[in-house]
Amino acid sequence: MTDEPDRELRVSKIENGTVIDHIAAGQAVTVLAILGIDGARGEEVSVGINVPSDRLGRKDIVKVEGRELNQDEVDVLSLIAPAASINIVREYDVIEKARVTSPETVSGVLSCPNTNCISTGREPVESRFAVLGEAVRCVYCETIIREDLPRRIDV
Amino acid sequence: MNLRADWALERPGRNAGFALAPSRWIPSATGGTEKHVTVEGFNIPGCAGRLMLQDHLISAKQLTRTDIEAILDRAVEYADARGGGHENALLGLLFFEPSTRTKMSFDTAMKRLGGDTVDMGALESSSASKGESLADTVRVVAGYTDAIVLRHPSEGAAKLAAEFADIPVINAGDGAGQHPTQTLLDLFTIRESAGLEDLTVGIMGDLKYGRTVHSLAAALSKFGANQHFISPESLRLPRGVRYDLHEAGAQVREHTELEAVLPELDVLYVTRIQRERFPDEQEYRAIAGEYRIDEAALAKAKPALTLMHPLPRVDEIAAAVDELSHATYFQQAHNGVPVRMALLDTMLGADGGGR
Repeated sequence: MTDEPDRELRVSKIENGTVIDHIAAGQAVTVLAILGIDGARGEEVSVGINVPSDRLGRKDIVKVEGRELNQDEVDVLSLIAPAASINIVREYDVIEKARVTSPETVSGVLSCPNTNCISTGREPVESRFAVLGEAVRCVYCETIIREDLPRRIDV
Repeated sequence: MNLRADWALERPGRNAGFALAPSRWIPSATGGTEKHVTVEGFNIPGCAGRLMLQDHLISAKQLTRTDIEAILDRAVEYADARGGGHENALLGLLFFEPSTRTKMSFDTAMKRLGGDTVDMGALESSSASKGESLADTVRVVAGYTDAIVLRHPSEGAAKLAAEFADIPVINAGDGAGQHPTQTLLDLFTIRESAGLEDLTVGIMGDLKYGRTVHSLAAALSKFGANQHFISPESLRLPRGVRYDLHEAGAQVREHTELEAVLPELDVLYVTRIQRERFPDEQEYRAIAGEYRIDEAALAKAKPALTLMHPLPRVDEIAAAVDELSHATYFQQAHNGVPVRMALLDTMLGADGGGR
């Protein structure tokens, strides 16, 4: 770490865990919901909403103490916060810094909004969506979800 | 005439302007390169030389122009000859929805190739009515037969079936999704009557739920046809189909009225607007009446216009039109047998088709 003060951060540094930075302004709460972080299990969480950012103008930031995101969680995150960067922190140092990249498909996380889709019935399959930029498309019925994507996430 | 052209996926409430501009937010699904795309199992073939038909036929999108032409050429041969060549082949007909033409023509096609078919019997007495999943039914039947033809009321059913079957699955209609074998016989009919070059096609009726429309539009885009879609606002093409046509670079326009565009058309493809798509009888009658074809409605059509309909027809084409030279829908239905013979021959392989 350098001595230069981090003027953007309004919340304390964490010792071990994950910092999700550059979340689109106003989306932090959705990100927490997707990751199933509600504080009920005693996690130490800091959230910055609409903080100034050079890159985004305004951004949200989430810091979770004691938890490192796995790939599935990052995949889901990519749908809602495609510009986010993820910093894994150990002993106050960033040991891994990565931009979120969209997976080609997302399985089991979203439910298809088409009630006539075969994947919503009693078949032994998980939902599966191809990722198209900011939208996703059901691989079974080919319904495209875009605007209401956050609402289709099964948290 | 109402031109609508939001072929990129527009943001709601925002007029996307004229549509054939590059998509603003979606990377090209087909990329213009030889990569295989996104939706696994669909294998949208960019690979020249490999006929996908050894696998499954789920969507018309997966067919290349070369695939289509090869099948149509083979169908021409079958139209003139008896068939045979697949004496040991057994085709499973899984129809979870009523069907007359599609089921009978597959049955006929397989038998003309020398093979045989098995089916589920009446729907009410089938295992589906006992709550068995489609996946289980398909796994069982795949052990009995050499290929499966599936008609099902849910979108995506054929895709799912293909994941559970180790034999070819042919989509014979999945809900409001796709109906690619109908498209093959539609193209066969168009090729015989109007030709597939420099073609201008109007597709009218229920474009939202019409699976024959979704498949036909995808295939016509491979032939560079100009496509006009004529429907009430509430039954326009679904977003997914518009997106695919946009990505394919198709030449497309949407209209709410036939009149202005009719004189340009080489082919008019009419589909049925169903009563159950409307909240009340009165609204249905009013709208369906606007999209009905009679002799007067065809006054401004080209003399050589080919008038098609996937059938069953109710009253969207008046019976008097049957006598006009435009009427091609019965020939279209007859073409189902040779085209499905050609398709089965391709998918069952050259080894005679038995196991």
